[in-house]
Amino acid sequence: MYWFARLAREIEERLVILFRQSKVIGGLYRSLGQEGESVGTAYALEKSDAVLPLIRNMGALMTMGVRPREIFLQYMAKGESNSRGRDLNIHIVHMPAWTRDLSSPAGRDTDAPASRPALQVGRDTDAKEPVVVGPISMLGDSIPVAAGIAMGARMRGRTLVSMAWIGDGATSTGAFHEGLNFAAVQKAPLVVIAEDNKFAYSTPIARQMAITRIDERAAAYGIPHEMVDGNDMLAVYDVARRMVDRARAGEGASLIGVDTMRMEGHAQHDDARYVPKELVEQWEKKDPIARFTKVLVDRGAANVEQIAEIDRMARSYAAEEADAAERSPMPDPATITRGVYAGDDYARPTLEFVRSPFADAD
Amino acid sequence: MAVVTYIEAIRQALFEEMARDERVFLMGEDIGAYGGAFKVTEGLSEKFGEKRVIDSPISEQAIVGAAIGASYMGMRPVCEIQFIDFIACCFDMLTNFAATSRYRNGAGVPIVVRGPCGGGVGGGPFHSLNPEAFFLNTPGLKMVEPSTAYDAKGLLKAAIRDDDPVLYFEHKFLYRRIKDEVPDEDYIVPLGKAAVRREGTDLSIITFGAMVYTALDAAKALEEQGVQAEVIDLRSLAPLDKEAVLESVAKTNRALLLHEATLTGGIGGELAAIISEHAFEYLDAPVMRVASADAPVPYAPPLESAFLPSVSKVVAASKRLVEY
Repeated sequence: MYWFARLAREIEERLVILFRQSKVIGGLYRSLGQEGESVGTAYALEKSDAVLPLIRNMGALMTMGVRPREIFLQYMAKGESNSRGRDLNIHIVHMPAWTRDLSSPAGRDTDAPASRPALQVGRDTDAKEPVVVGPISMLGDSIPVAAGIAMGARMRGRTLVSMAWIGDGATSTGAFHEGLNFAAVQKAPLVVIAEDNKFAYSTPIARQMAITRIDERAAAYGIPHEMVDGNDMLAVYDVARRMVDRARAGEGASLIGVDTMRMEGHAQHDDARYVPKELVEQWEKKDPIARFTKVLVDRGAANVEQIAEIDRMARSYAAEEADAAERSPMPDPATITRGVYAGDDYARPTLEFVRSPFADAD
Repeated sequence: MAVVTYIEAIRQALFEEMARDERVFLMGEDIGAYGGAFKVTEGLSEKFGEKRVIDSPISEQAIVGAAIGASYMGMRPVCEIQFIDFIACCFDMLTNFAATSRYRNGAGVPIVVRGPCGGGVGGGPFHSLNPEAFFLNTPGLKMVEPSTAYDAKGLLKAAIRDDDPVLYFEHKFLYRRIKDEVPDEDYIVPLGKAAVRREGTDLSIITFGAMVYTALDAAKALEEQGVQAEVIDLRSLAPLDKEAVLESVAKTNRALLLHEATLTGGIGGELAAIISEHAFEYLDAPVMRVASADAPVPYAPPLESAFLPSVSKVVAASKRLVEY
């Protein structure tokens, strides 16, 4: 978990450098201070589950094994990026081969209990690949889609849990409420992570909702909901694990409210002068990576030197991956109308995944 | 061959596609035991069960959003929008999410979103819409609107088997008024192909949906006055069958574009541009349009009939064209 959180932070540090060099196209949205909750929640999933992250869930993507180079290619709008330069930042998609294997039948029993092995559809080799569906800029839209992924996979006899992240601002959209309600009614295996990071762009949460606990958004839909300290990675993991397990067991949707803080502006152009200084200072003391480091050291799981070595590894890995991406060519303008319709597919819903160097220690 | 109504043809297409492919399932409001507001899905829940005929909350965004997600998992969802006017509620999901998905990341969205469109039934402003122009400017979507029972079945089967998101507009005025022969064996009507409903030499009336019958009635009246109108039924609105349109105009040298949606910004404008770009030298008269008045759809029968295109309006415009 530490590796994934640190890697997410180092990737974003590298992106800041590339942004200042004008190599990142458009905006850069950081998750500084939120790496812990992204990792802690995704860590509760199987590698074959579905994730629908938002722009500040770099940690979730790293936890699912997305190769860092994919992120750099995307942010630099390269021709070899997942979207072939058509879409930005983490708007990336991966569909395991089984989803497109049209020769296999749908599962007949749509009530597959957790104990029942998943119907074997598609290649075994992709059994450990996750479904990844990046956000679109109309935040909130991910929630109905996440519900549909959960329902659709269930219809195909897959025991897949769908996890979607959403910010406090996007919980005000109609799509969020429609999607959560539909998932609740359908008992879809969906876990929604609602992040209270205190500001939606410049709007404080008090102007976003009249409730003080974001998880109460779920109260109207009759599903379990809990609030957790988002900067305590182990606490996040614990509640996520419980919600994921119940979803996998066929007990339906749930929502986890995450108390955290966006430590920088909405994007790099935003100096966030609307954020009270005291609030930032207060949350600086609660940095999730620093807190987790202390836990690891206090419990004797790692010493300070080992942690420093992991940090160095993450930094140089991020740099290598960024350099490789930088050398990649920009897309060819002749391709602009390709792939609008089927039959002329150009972008492929395929990401490269890597194994954590600490996978065996997990 | 059996003679069936337009609505029965739609039901048959759903039934046969669900029987053919386990991945096809339905979502919509009141479509289960109740069988839908117009009874299009009557009997399907009994046959295929409530897991494949899903009664949804009144949540068009959730219906289409969940369909997108399920289609990513390899399913083939068919969504019913109870009245097509409500498609505005899921406009974002269709235009921003579904239409761009393949282009952005190569993840196709094989969904069908179908529902009753059109006026002439006293439905008022919110139960009478013809929404094709809203979506015509959105690359990535396909759109069809059948005028016959044969096409209703064949186009729906083609839409379900298609790998792109297809909007399927069924004209509610035709549901039980139109009957024709439908083959017993499996067939499709390919997307993107128009049909010539009546051959003629003096002008081309290019139309679709319920307006095909208005055009055919006008052509009959024109024939009595010695004018031979050709009637082209577009069937698919995206992609448009440009070849069929241009071929007809090259033959008749006059084009009348007829649609039930309102005039300004309608599909007629796009067709006029295609004709003037590609068949300008064939034209003996300006391209003309007959469409609904630029107003919301009014409720009272005298208002609605004045609002909608009529046989007499089409005859008058045709005569202006041939006399030009």
